[in-house]
Amino acid sequence: MRVNLTVNGRPQEADDVWEGESLLYVLRERLGLPGSKNACEQGECGSCTVRLDGVPVCACLVAAGQAEGREVVTVEGLADHARERSRSGCATGVRGTPLDEARAWQAEGPDAQAAEGSGLSPVQQAFIDAGAVQCGFCTPGLLVASDELLERNPDPSDADIREALSGNLCRCTGYEKIMDAVRLAAARRSEGV
Amino acid sequence: MQADGAPTKITQGARTKGGIGESTLRPDGTLKVTGEFAYSSDMWHEDMLWGQILRSTVAHAEIVSIDTGEALATPGVHAVMTYDDLPTDVTHYGLEIQDTPVLAHGKVRHHGEPVALVAADHPETARRAAAKIKVEYRELPVITDEASATAPDAVLVHENRHDLPQSQLRSTGGTPVAGHVPHPNIVHRQPIVRGDADEAARRADVIVKGEYTFGMQDQAFLGPESGLAVPEEDGGVHLYIATQWLHSDLRQIAPVLGLPEEKVRMTLAGVGGAFGGREDLSMQIHACLLALRTGKPVKIVYNRFESFFGHVHRHPAKLSYEHGATRDGKLTHMRCRIVLDGGAYASASPAVVGNASSLSVGPYAVDHVDIEALALYTNNPPCGAMRGFGAVQACFAYEAQMDKLAKKLGMDPVEFRRLNAMEQGTLMPTGQPVDSPAPVAELLRRVKAMPLPPERQWESSEGPDVRQLPGGLSNTTHGEGVVRGVGYAVGIKNVGFSEGFDDYSTARVRMEVVGGEPVATVHTAMAEVGQGGVTVHAQIARTELGVTRVTINPADTRVGSAGSTSASRQTYVTGGAVKNACELVREKVLAIGRRKFGSHHPAWATAELLLESGKVVTDGGEILADLADVLEDEAVEIEAEWRHRPTEAFDRRTGQGNGHVQYSFAAHRAVVEVDTELGLVKVVELACAQDVGKALNPLSVVGQIQGGTTQGLGMAVMEEIIVDPKTAKVRNPSFTDYLIPTILDTPTIPVDVLELADDHAPYGLRGVGEAPTLSSTPAVLAAIRDATGLELDRTPVRPEHLTGTA
Repeated sequence: MRVNLTVNGRPQEADDVWEGESLLYVLRERLGLPGSKNACEQGECGSCTVRLDGVPVCACLVAAGQAEGREVVTVEGLADHARERSRSGCATGVRGTPLDEARAWQAEGPDAQAAEGSGLSPVQQAFIDAGAVQCGFCTPGLLVASDELLERNPDPSDADIREALSGNLCRCTGYEKIMDAVRLAAARRSEGV
Repeated sequence: MQADGAPTKITQGARTKGGIGESTLRPDGTLKVTGEFAYSSDMWHEDMLWGQILRSTVAHAEIVSIDTGEALATPGVHAVMTYDDLPTDVTHYGLEIQDTPVLAHGKVRHHGEPVALVAADHPETARRAAAKIKVEYRELPVITDEASATAPDAVLVHENRHDLPQSQLRSTGGTPVAGHVPHPNIVHRQPIVRGDADEAARRADVIVKGEYTFGMQDQAFLGPESGLAVPEEDGGVHLYIATQWLHSDLRQIAPVLGLPEEKVRMTLAGVGGAFGGREDLSMQIHACLLALRTGKPVKIVYNRFESFFGHVHRHPAKLSYEHGATRDGKLTHMRCRIVLDGGAYASASPAVVGNASSLSVGPYAVDHVDIEALALYTNNPPCGAMRGFGAVQACFAYEAQMDKLAKKLGMDPVEFRRLNAMEQGTLMPTGQPVDSPAPVAELLRRVKAMPLPPERQWESSEGPDVRQLPGGLSNTTHGEGVVRGVGYAVGIKNVGFSEGFDDYSTARVRMEVVGGEPVATVHTAMAEVGQGGVTVHAQIARTELGVTRVTINPADTRVGSAGSTSASRQTYVTGGAVKNACELVREKVLAIGRRKFGSHHPAWATAELLLESGKVVTDGGEILADLADVLEDEAVEIEAEWRHRPTEAFDRRTGQGNGHVQYSFAAHRAVVEVDTELGLVKVVELACAQDVGKALNPLSVVGQIQGGTTQGLGMAVMEEIIVDPKTAKVRNPSFTDYLIPTILDTPTIPVDVLELADDHAPYGLRGVGEAPTLSSTPAVLAAIRDATGLELDRTPVRPEHLTGTA
């Protein structure tokens, strides 16, 4: 079958998709976006977390056909997503980015990224700065989940952070530096850094 | 030119920004947060095929027949391979003993053993084709424990063992076995005897005995076993792979393929964690076989279910301990017997036995010991390396013993430990003196001195926050039935490969001027598995060569071996090799400088010269030249091996010998709350104090300690591979049923880092990664015992053990 969807602001089309394929497989193997990770492929680890019409989901549990005509944001589009959000000043949505806003932004090419310095979103930069990345396999899913948390709750308590990220397994860090990273991203945002 | 052991100076004394001791950030961090970092499962090649492995559905059986016809006839299938299709007569591999078949030959010895391979144009096609292969099994009785392994009529797991040269074999009932084991179903055995335990036991005022059980833990690294094998025009193959040791893989892969090692090129792909689980081969040979067979690139990616069968686990163990002490609290003696279940294949079992025996006393001074450790061959899943490697199981038992002794003597458990703590100069049970700082008592003092978390921390103005209570969001208690406990533990881990192994690393360092600026390039085969070795290599190059810009080349087999990313050894040994190569490069650079500028300034000949911030300076701080002017268009490149101090084998009978290189110590304090009605545990805080010798990158060091601590927490309260004792089949191969700690299960982990230099090691550093995994588990167990008053002689603790319903 053919699947049409929008990924990180770009219309995408995948052909010859077998009906049993997951959104994760289509992203990774057909659309050249392997950033979403395949740690368990059974919805337990969160490493494949993406936004589907703004809502965080495990892409491994979404059948490719279910994504037909919908908006997907992956870790590859997180920086652009954050930029667009800050441009529109939207941090109020209770269930993530509204559809019309998700449609409003477009991913930029790698050259544009280089021109803008690091080109990272605040939560991406905070993960690096806080030492929240070791092997990094859980990182894409945690970044998408953390970004969504901070979007709806700019000043989360520690318990809020733990609850929001409890669907994302990490085996390397013991989570302390991940807590630090989310706190850091929230603090920088409130300080306007 | 090659330096053995410690380099001549601790550092060259220069200070360049981004050098050792700073928390510089990971060079791969940006790629990892943008999703661009290419892990082994992300590899992609035009026209690539997908490989699939058919695994045995039973644990122990003869293979009567294999019918691949229907699978081969499936559209989209390019190849099906069984044992009969292997290209050479080298059909087995293994880390220490080559007992593992590439594909099962006539017999399977554990649940999930690879039987056949399929390559197809879509992973689902490959999976379905594999399911069409008909394998007829004739089941055999399963060996599952010591009793069944050593019974008089026990079936031999390996009917013809040949793991030692013939000269060292002796015959038992007509079956040749390795000479040091009493039965062919025992992989390896190591006794250690020092002093006179019988005589010392008579001086003991109290004697404490215990029988302990340690469950089977999984590494549960998140990046699944995976890789891409690309056939090359010269008949060779290029494998992009996630592993812990490229050259060890190469040594095992090439003979099976019938290729010389230079025709098997290996490049490290991104590694999603390892923790010991990537020391053994998984899909490496299988992918290469299919690629060479089909002439097409072949990618294999395990899913999580298969991953549980695709790598070895931590040895489960039964441990029997006896300790004695005098009334004033001094240990008199220790006797123990540690039986590790090695499963169907040897993997790293011999070395795990060496560690379990030599570290079985823990970080305590005990002059009279009688120790036996052994690993069994059974039909359970193969077990081998996991973070802590034999020392973890022992620590769980000896720390439980320490608490029992303290209780019996009416002493504080921390004070009792401090009274018996080893220190520099103490003899190990192997007779080896501990010849660098061993701040065991100090670590215990520090971890105890940390402020305790507040009582009833889950209370808030809006009522109890269930997220901080046992049971969490299941909302099972608002504090009723909840009791708190505090427990302590301390452990000792060896660093580096022991028992006479030639444990070296190689580094190639190049220095040249690029764009007017001196740049160092570091090339090693070190497997970066997440630990941050690449960060540290750049820091070492900056410190030793006075450059700001350092390029870390991808790890591959075009440079000499860097040894394994295990045994807490990489910063010590490959870090040491990078330091050594930098020192050799520095000498050459200074020689060039003397040749060019020596006549301009007498200091070139007379002063101690350093490379600092892109310049040659005297130790007095006078600038003599820019490195850019010294080098101009010349490049200096050196590849050199570096070794730590040699070690010796343990005597087979007495266990005596200077077997270890270095030791690493950590202590934990656990605070837990237990819902005694439901048997649920919330770890409230897990504090750690560890001596790291020298923190080359403090941020990474703390990250290692917190990560290791959390794996120990998992072992205490949730992680266990359940193997059915009747069938030897794995019952919980998924993240639904094998639980690892989530962020809600994990408490705050305050860390106190001590830096007492080991003068034998580069920069005085101590291997960091494993020690925190040892003491974390027994500290949590001690805290649960403190809260509940229960004995708890097994780990992990499950609710039924706390509610009396087991």
